[in-house]
Amino acid sequence: MSEANTTEEGGTTASKQDTVTLPARPRSRTDLLRSGFGRNLGLVVALVVLCLVGVATAGDTFATGANVLTILRLAAVVGVVSVGMTFVITGGGIDLSVGAMVALASVWATTLATQQLAVDYGWIFMVSTALVVGAACGLVNGLLVAYGKIVPFVATLAMLASARGLAEIISDRRTQIITVNSFADFFGGSLIGVPVLIWIFLLVAAAGWVVLNRTTFGRRTFAVGGNAEAARLAGIEVQRHTVALYVLAGLCCGIAAVMLMARTTTGSSTHGQLYELDAIAAVVIGGTLLSGGRGTIVGTVFGVLIFTTLNNVFTLNNLSISAQSVAKGAIIVVAVLLQQRLARRSTSS
Amino acid sequence: MSRSSVRTVVIAGLGVLALAACTSNTPKSEDKAAPAEQAAVKNDEPGKKVKIGFSAPAADHGWMGAITKATQAEAKKYSDVELIVAEGTNDVNLQISQVETFINQKVDAIVLLPFDGAALTPVATKAMQAGITVVNVDREFDSSFAARTTVLGDNHGMGVSAGTYVCQQLKDKKDAVVAEIAGIDSLPLTQDRSKGFKEALADCGLKVSNRVAAKFTVESGEEAATNLLQAAPKIDAIWNHDDDQGVGVMAAIKNSGRKEFFVVGGAGSANVMRDIKSGNSLLKATVIYPSTQGADGVRLARLLVQKKALGDLVEVEVPRTVQLYAPVVTKDNVDQYLPTAFES
Repeated sequence: MSEANTTEEGGTTASKQDTVTLPARPRSRTDLLRSGFGRNLGLVVALVVLCLVGVATAGDTFATGANVLTILRLAAVVGVVSVGMTFVITGGGIDLSVGAMVALASVWATTLATQQLAVDYGWIFMVSTALVVGAACGLVNGLLVAYGKIVPFVATLAMLASARGLAEIISDRRTQIITVNSFADFFGGSLIGVPVLIWIFLLVAAAGWVVLNRTTFGRRTFAVGGNAEAARLAGIEVQRHTVALYVLAGLCCGIAAVMLMARTTTGSSTHGQLYELDAIAAVVIGGTLLSGGRGTIVGTVFGVLIFTTLNNVFTLNNLSISAQSVAKGAIIVVAVLLQQRLARRSTSS
Repeated sequence: MSRSSVRTVVIAGLGVLALAACTSNTPKSEDKAAPAEQAAVKNDEPGKKVKIGFSAPAADHGWMGAITKATQAEAKKYSDVELIVAEGTNDVNLQISQVETFINQKVDAIVLLPFDGAALTPVATKAMQAGITVVNVDREFDSSFAARTTVLGDNHGMGVSAGTYVCQQLKDKKDAVVAEIAGIDSLPLTQDRSKGFKEALADCGLKVSNRVAAKFTVESGEEAATNLLQAAPKIDAIWNHDDDQGVGVMAAIKNSGRKEFFVVGGAGSANVMRDIKSGNSLLKATVIYPSTQGADGVRLARLLVQKKALGDLVEVEVPRTVQLYAPVVTKDNVDQYLPTAFES
């Protein structure tokens, strides 16, 4: 736990503001680091090294605008899910059901009935269906965890199974093709030369950063994740806050579902496979503490970018499929070690 | 692999081709026939360099692993083909970005076995619009603008072949008990296989008495077969859709100690064919679902980019769709199919 409060962008604020609520956390070392920069430095180094490798090995293709957009488009979907995941993990929980929620939202938003509504009244119906379905699943997760007192791992594991099952029932395990052209045109298009999907990722990440670091909601999230009992004693309605965190994660899954629908022009019960692992890996690499109380959106975004850039460099260099997986595991370990080393150095300086 | 060993393989391949070229021209008696034969041979001669991108789902079972292996092996045979293989994935988002990367790399052709045909259609269409030849393998896109050529197996045909074989073996027994162990039941390919099997059996007055479904994995095959053997005290024939899950199916049968039936496999793995060849297994036959579809895709992509015709057809363009046959492999003809069988 002493490792928990060495540094991080918002956590420092939390412990300053809610000093009474966090008696369990010694504050001696937190003041030494004023920003999350030191912690993120490791990630920046890792990403820069990756990019240098990319430029060195496949420079003519790697360092092009089109390739950068390809990396960002890939990062966008998992990135939005990971932002939601950051909130849940920072708040001391975990959500294993994100991939399944993406699948369910994509299926529900592309049923014939929803698509008919979208044809009649605009694509906003498909988007809002996806968002509502995602948020509703998150609500169920939150209620089970906060009021049902089910361990988050188990509650969301149940959602993982049942949401994908429900998606299969609704779609009859068929891939549902989107025929609403206005939807595909808007989300598949670009604004000021940048694809809409990347704009959405940027907006979600920016909104996530503001909420986590600059609002009461964010400070409460750190407090609840750091020590729920202390947070309760300080007057935070822990249960209600926990529910809100899971709803937020579900909402992000709804957004990701819309993005995936745009990318594939389909809704399917097989969408979002293993996104829970991708998202958790990105969040943890980013420097968010898996046991809660410390979280960083900037780190998460870097985590996602590292994974997607890695993948891109591998594909460009035509590396063997199995070697890619081994290298991925190795890079996860190296990135986390590097980041710990740098953080320790900046705390002790 | 080192470049020199690749070169050795290529040179060896060319040597074989040169020999083939000599021998295949022997029946050159009429002058008219000669150009056609030369044209067929010419296809393998190195031409313009072709850069091909290949992407397929995760190799989570033997057949899918074999697809990628066979594709890479085929590409190595050609000195003018450079194959770029993207990581196998079941995440459509990632597979789409792989195709986008291929487009950025300005490959000449993309051979794509999509995790979900419909979901990969937009990006494949984008590749075609960028002037890249797309060859669709195994799982079809839902738009004909998304690929120049499609290579398919024959799932319905597998069922028909298996059913016809079972009919031949059981033609005298009117009340024969036929059981079926299907793959993942919700997939259209499983439904097609079962439909073909049912139709072929109906042709000789038989029907599927017991049907269970597994999930293409060894464990699921063992579980489904154990349940089936519990449910049916006497069976005459079993068709198992998939030789990967078949490893589990045969284990369950061995544990039960039952021997009153014969088993027909599916997909055509090398170990099943070796069992058939040995003759002392309950496995008497298997129907092939070629694991060389990706390899065929690479060959067709190369021909398309080099603007060559498919050698043995009169038509000067490569066909739009190539559907591969699902033959029955028995002890009599197993040697013909063993070389292209996959190791599961």
